[in-house]
Amino acid sequence: MQIIVNHIDHIYNPGTVFEKKALSDVTFKAEDGEYIGLVGHTGSGKSTLALHLNGLMKPTSGGIYYDGVDIASEGYDLRSLRGKVGLVFQYPEHQLFEEDVFTDVCFGPKNLGLEPEETEQRAYESLKAVGIDDDRFYVSPFDLSGGEKRRAAIAGVLAMKPEVLVLDEPCAGLDPQGREEILSIADSLHEMLGITVIIISHSMDDLAEHVERMLVMHEGKLVMDGPAREVFMHREELESMGLAVPEAQAVLSDLKKMGLPVRDDLITIDEARREILRVFGRQA
Amino acid sequence: MRLPFCIGCMELIRSDKLVFEYVRRDKNGEVDGFVRAIDEVSLEINQGDFIAVLGPNGSGKSTLAKHLNSILRPTEGTLYIDGMDSADSDKIWDIRSTVGMVFQNPENQMIGTIVEEDVAFAPENLGIEPREIEERVKESLITVEMLGHRKASPSKLSGGQKQRVAIAGVLAMHPKCIVLDEPTAMLDPVGRKEVIRAIRALNDVENITIILITHNMEEVIYADRIYVMNKGRMVMSGTPREVFSKPEELEENHLAVPVVTRLAHELRKAGMNIPEGILTRKELCEAICRS
Repeated sequence: MQIIVNHIDHIYNPGTVFEKKALSDVTFKAEDGEYIGLVGHTGSGKSTLALHLNGLMKPTSGGIYYDGVDIASEGYDLRSLRGKVGLVFQYPEHQLFEEDVFTDVCFGPKNLGLEPEETEQRAYESLKAVGIDDDRFYVSPFDLSGGEKRRAAIAGVLAMKPEVLVLDEPCAGLDPQGREEILSIADSLHEMLGITVIIISHSMDDLAEHVERMLVMHEGKLVMDGPAREVFMHREELESMGLAVPEAQAVLSDLKKMGLPVRDDLITIDEARREILRVFGRQA
Repeated sequence: MRLPFCIGCMELIRSDKLVFEYVRRDKNGEVDGFVRAIDEVSLEINQGDFIAVLGPNGSGKSTLAKHLNSILRPTEGTLYIDGMDSADSDKIWDIRSTVGMVFQNPENQMIGTIVEEDVAFAPENLGIEPREIEERVKESLITVEMLGHRKASPSKLSGGQKQRVAIAGVLAMHPKCIVLDEPTAMLDPVGRKEVIRAIRALNDVENITIILITHNMEEVIYADRIYVMNKGRMVMSGTPREVFSKPEELEENHLAVPVVTRLAHELRKAGMNIPEGILTRKELCEAICRS
């Protein structure tokens, strides 16, 4: 599903002393199946933008279009939009509430008014997609490990069969293995199912290893938009916004400053490793 | 009374084969088993140490932390805090004023409507003179660099600022040791840096023993010693350099090494002359340039 965000503003508490411009002239287009990282300092407007994407918040001005249709137009079915644009909030496991994992995942599709068979089919597929074993289906969600709880909560959103999935800090509070599990689920949703995946994260290292495109928010504005590799070339600008570049890229750019002839437009650990070896292989 | 093994040394915490089990119940509330959350953990921590505890989710780190100020008591084995037996219920308040706790979400431990009231809460409860409380609040807020916000409402602060106020609140009790259970997990990179800087200052300047529980490998490189837990057991320990020299062993325990350490390790494996246990970007760049 193609997304067009067309010059949107969002002002909190307009006309009061608490008036605050949270989004200012944000514009971008995302084609079907893109894999996007959305970054920005706390308070930069990332989460406000995410809430606009599935119509939970309405822009003060400007518009949002899915497949060319303005979601603010009269008669637009926002309810079905929320099924198509899945939003996984921070700490989604706090929203687990049913008696067992399977019933919990069924909650969303059941509310869409689907037949019980279809509901269960979707719940099964979603739990499989996030790597929850069959023998965990009927335990209480509260008996799952931290990483499993997070995955079960994501399965609950997947069961709605979204075409766009927005994950807000999906790795917060997880151990390194749990983080990797969540990110590889995001990878496979993008690769296998062709879902548009938007990850909001503070970890540039994680984003460098996974997403293709980066959107950078600063003080309510979208200040950078491009392939991850290009965005991370602007190290000084990012640092001035309180953001960082991936550690692997920082190593390369420091080495370049120290006089080594390395490329500094590489962002993953593996790329950095190969680049350093290439330079030394040639010298040796 | 101090125990014999403490005489003449600066030992603050010692556990010997500490075990903690909790009862698991089924849907009907019937006992269906025991879970061993901590399995024979022995450790020694001296006054002024900066200790980091690493471990995957569910490894028993937080359960261990809760023993250190007697929120939980050992099922088996012993734990002495500053010479006091943590199983001794008469000592519970002394232990809690010796070891302070800071949790993941600062909002869960904020009560005051303005910052200085919040920080004064603990010393007030300890029955300290108002003038002394004022002193303590001031010095605690200076230590975490939050004095300028003393009249602010906690709700108007950023995550990093809130967490530093929570630390000041513990500091005002004048504890010998502060246990921080994933204090940066909910913060952005700037907030993380602020909190880690405050923690290091407490340790360097005030000589307060720090026990930092975290998943963030980049935060623990300043520690004197790292303990790694998995499935309730203490599986690795050593200086950051020693522990991070074993990336494969860490991975077996569902952990990872910092990005620069991993890159250094990979380059070394590929035949470059890079030492093991590199912790910072500067070290790595210098090692690469030298090789």
